[in-house]
Amino acid sequence: MNTGWNRDQMAARAAQDIPDGSYVNLGIGIPELVAQHVPEGCEFIYHTENGMLGMGPPPAEDERDLDLMNAGKKYVTAMPGAAYFHHADSFSMIRGGHIDVCVLGTMQVAENGDIANWSTGAPGAIPAVGGAMDLVQGVKHIYVITQHTTRKGDPKLVDRCTYPLTGPGVVSRIFTDLAVVDVTPGGFQLVELAPGISFEEVQAKTGASILPLA
Amino acid sequence: MIKKKYASVASAVADIHDGATVMIGGFGASGSPIELIHALIDHGAKDLTVINNNTGNGEVGLAALIGNGQVKKMICSFPKSSQSRVFPKLYQEGLIELELVPQGTLAERIRAAGAGIPAFYTPTTVGTVLAEGKEIRSFDGREYVMEPWLQADFALVKCEMSDAVGNLTYNKTARNFNPLMCMAATTTIVQTRKLVNAGDIDPEHVITPGIFVNRIVEVPQPVHEDILIAQGRSYP
Repeated sequence: MNTGWNRDQMAARAAQDIPDGSYVNLGIGIPELVAQHVPEGCEFIYHTENGMLGMGPPPAEDERDLDLMNAGKKYVTAMPGAAYFHHADSFSMIRGGHIDVCVLGTMQVAENGDIANWSTGAPGAIPAVGGAMDLVQGVKHIYVITQHTTRKGDPKLVDRCTYPLTGPGVVSRIFTDLAVVDVTPGGFQLVELAPGISFEEVQAKTGASILPLA
Repeated sequence: MIKKKYASVASAVADIHDGATVMIGGFGASGSPIELIHALIDHGAKDLTVINNNTGNGEVGLAALIGNGQVKKMICSFPKSSQSRVFPKLYQEGLIELELVPQGTLAERIRAAGAGIPAFYTPTTVGTVLAEGKEIRSFDGREYVMEPWLQADFALVKCEMSDAVGNLTYNKTARNFNPLMCMAATTTIVQTRKLVNAGDIDPEHVITPGIFVNRIVEVPQPVHEDILIAQGRSYP
């Protein structure tokens, strides 16, 4: 039985909702796959926090440039029209509202748009925030790609985040393996169901009420 | 006469004192001034406060400086990565302090110090635990957190090319924090892959103007952290 979306299909679905010509920042994990599923006829320009616009795909191993990495510290390439800049300029692009879309993974996202994706707050854990708090406050549209539940089956879409927040009220749209869900003033709103998935299943696996399709 | 050239990395770092605050450029492996860091290990200054985005990898460069017991406090945004072992162990044993700063705030605090701006307001961290205890102020109906500048006694910086007066260019994403740190430290120490005469860098292409640079050491074939780690190297 073929039900739901796999990682690539989730990324492809998210890519459909990014306007042509957007400046885009992709988080680590499933969000990185968005770059492999750009719709025909669309062009996105990728920003990476460590100082480049126009980031291209990974190079062949023997064509690596040791001075050309992305924010995930992976080797990348530069597209024609790329630009390099220092960290303060890079985060001016983020904080100053110049980046159009950021696609992030998450641990939890709440019905009011709160996102928690940097720390479980567990005692003894080493806190590491990177650029996540700058991105969620500064980028115009924050999209989330995530499995609908944790490996243990706990909902990741919740009424209130229990983990420490990355930012309050910032997420606009969520792409999961089961559905596309918007954050609205009335809470979670179903936008689209993945193939073979029912509204009842999505609701049962969500930690808050979801408004059904109108 | 402008005399910024130093003959060796050892002489360039010789006056870094115990208790100094030291900015170290680089983002992960790219742009990390490994030779200057290793000279600082040889020199032995201790009780340092170090400002870098990360905490080093493997047992070379910044990780080796920390592992050698010379660092009492790290100020960074992302103190762990797949190959960082030294800092996490010391942190969990309570042997090193950590000030966690979001990456964009870290960059701007450094830039502000260089620009003579003692504090600024940013939306980053509003509504999170990292804003606790900080001044919050509303501008045009939105809340912002006040963040202070971040100054240092010394900056260790890596660049691609320097001329004799300290005008610098960088290579690709190895630029990262390096130009900001040049501006923010009392004494900026630069290792350059190539040292050229004044006039050999087109003034239109200068990224860091020489006024922000105090000392220049030529390191023609700098080692790269990823290569050292792949070779299983450690320092000293």
